[in-house]
Amino acid sequence: MIEVKGLHKSFGDETILDGIDAKFIRGKTNMIIGSSGSGKSVFLKNMLGLFKPDSGEIIYDGELLSEMDGDRQKELRENMGMLFQHSALFDSMTVEENVMFPLRMFTKMRRRERQERANDILERVNLVNLNTKMPSEISGGQQKRVALARAVVNKPKFLFCDEPNSGLDPKTATIIDNLIQELTHEADITTVIISHDMNSVLEIGETILFLKDGIIAWEGTNKEIFKTENEAVTDFVYSSELFRKVRIAQNKGL
Amino acid sequence: MLFEVFKRPTKGIVLKELILKEINDLIIGSLGITAFIALFMGAVVALQTSLNLDNPLIPKSLIGFAVRQSIILEFAPTIISIIMAGKVGSYITSSIGSMNVTEQIDALKVMGINPLNYLVFPKVIAMLFYPFLIAIIMFVGILGGFLAAVYGNLVSAQDFIIGIQDNFVPYQVLYAFIKTMVFGMILATLPSYHGYYMKGGALEVGQASTTSFVWTCVTIIVANYILTTILL
Ligand SMILES: Nc1ncnc2c1ncn2[C@@H]1O[C@H](COP(=O)(O)OP(=O)(O)OP(=O)(O)O)[C@@H](O)[C@H]1O
Ligand SMILES: [Mg+2]
Repeated sequence: MIEVKGLHKSFGDETILDGIDAKFIRGKTNMIIGSSGSGKSVFLKNMLGLFKPDSGEIIYDGELLSEMDGDRQKELRENMGMLFQHSALFDSMTVEENVMFPLRMFTKMRRRERQERANDILERVNLVNLNTKMPSEISGGQQKRVALARAVVNKPKFLFCDEPNSGLDPKTATIIDNLIQELTHEADITTVIISHDMNSVLEIGETILFLKDGIIAWEGTNKEIFKTENEAVTDFVYSSELFRKVRIAQNKGL
Repeated sequence: MLFEVFKRPTKGIVLKELILKEINDLIIGSLGITAFIALFMGAVVALQTSLNLDNPLIPKSLIGFAVRQSIILEFAPTIISIIMAGKVGSYITSSIGSMNVTEQIDALKVMGINPLNYLVFPKVIAMLFYPFLIAIIMFVGILGGFLAAVYGNLVSAQDFIIGIQDNFVPYQVLYAFIKTMVFGMILATLPSYHGYYMKGGALEVGQASTTSFVWTCVTIIVANYILTTILL
């Protein structure tokens, strides 16, 4: 479980996060939603320790991130997987080397074993025959999936995904969503997913935090989000034409 | 920053591979262009000396002496280092800089890898081999002078070789290699610093490379002055 308490973050005099309290539960796919520029990525980077919070605490399984020493943090980080919004693949390495990287750094596996594991996971994200390509030679959506493969290959205890299915076609997006959910349930890990894709929210939003104006403006589940009266949330959810139509249909009792 | 470079080291076998790659990129990859420049610079020094030697009382062997002194004392350590600032310096800044702006460095941090150790330490170690490159450059430079002098009929081969051996002070070679080591460390660290701490996007990566080149040159030139004052 990850807890966030009273998190504040500003850049200059622009306040991005203005007192965030949140809990991310183990064994569940926890989602953060909110409009573009609302500070979702900044929130995640504070949780990961990539940005230093102005105030507030990040707590991993009861342990304060700010009070962990270098060795303890390293240990924790070896159990973290992160999918960056723009993939952040190592561009001097092939697809396969990227995926094998965490295994290479943190396990004693032989090359053969690493390769097998990498191939397995690449298959699960629906990528085959790209192993020897460089990141610059594959599409953005393919890069995303390689990055997801790299994030989960070493079986992390904490998985963070910043918009895992942006740039993917609906079918692939569903495959990826389901994969993340499966991994979360199978291995009982704590998963945090940023998204503004309402399909994903509906599919795998087991807990949902709605970020607006620097605070958590609403929280609930994918069952509740379509019933809430919270105006900010309905405004966000039903800005999609499709969902508006579904809502109208529901209201008519169809 | 320098302290961080040696902290929380990367796994040994990975580090070894990174170091070999850097030796290949930074040292071996620079051999061709620097040797080419050295060959012609040695030749030009021989030509210039010869053209300015109109006093018959001064022996022709001075050409060999002048080539040796200028190549070993300044050209090989200092001028080649400035060329290296352009070649490997801007390569280092732009490669680390682009890893920075595309969040690859953040990806390393999230995994608990010390990016400074992972990225900079192998370069520092690779640059310990820089004196070997410079030794080759010294040889090639003097060879260039020899070829130009002998085949241009400026001086006989014997006289040139007498000149090369004339008044040889081993300490000067030591001085040249101490400079080389210092410049090598500057070349490994300063451009890394500029890449690692830059902010912005692709445009800023280009700007960082330029800034890094300028600062690396200035640092080398000033260090050269200081070292010469201290050592000679
Ligand atoms: N390194 C930074 N320095 C200064 N300001 C930043 C920095 N990173 C983000 N911001 C600002 O923080 C705000 C939130 O950015 P963030 O990337 O978290 O948005 P987001 O919710 O992830 O949006 P999107 O859905 O488009 O990815 C933006 O206004 C951005 O300008
Ligand atoms: Mg974002």
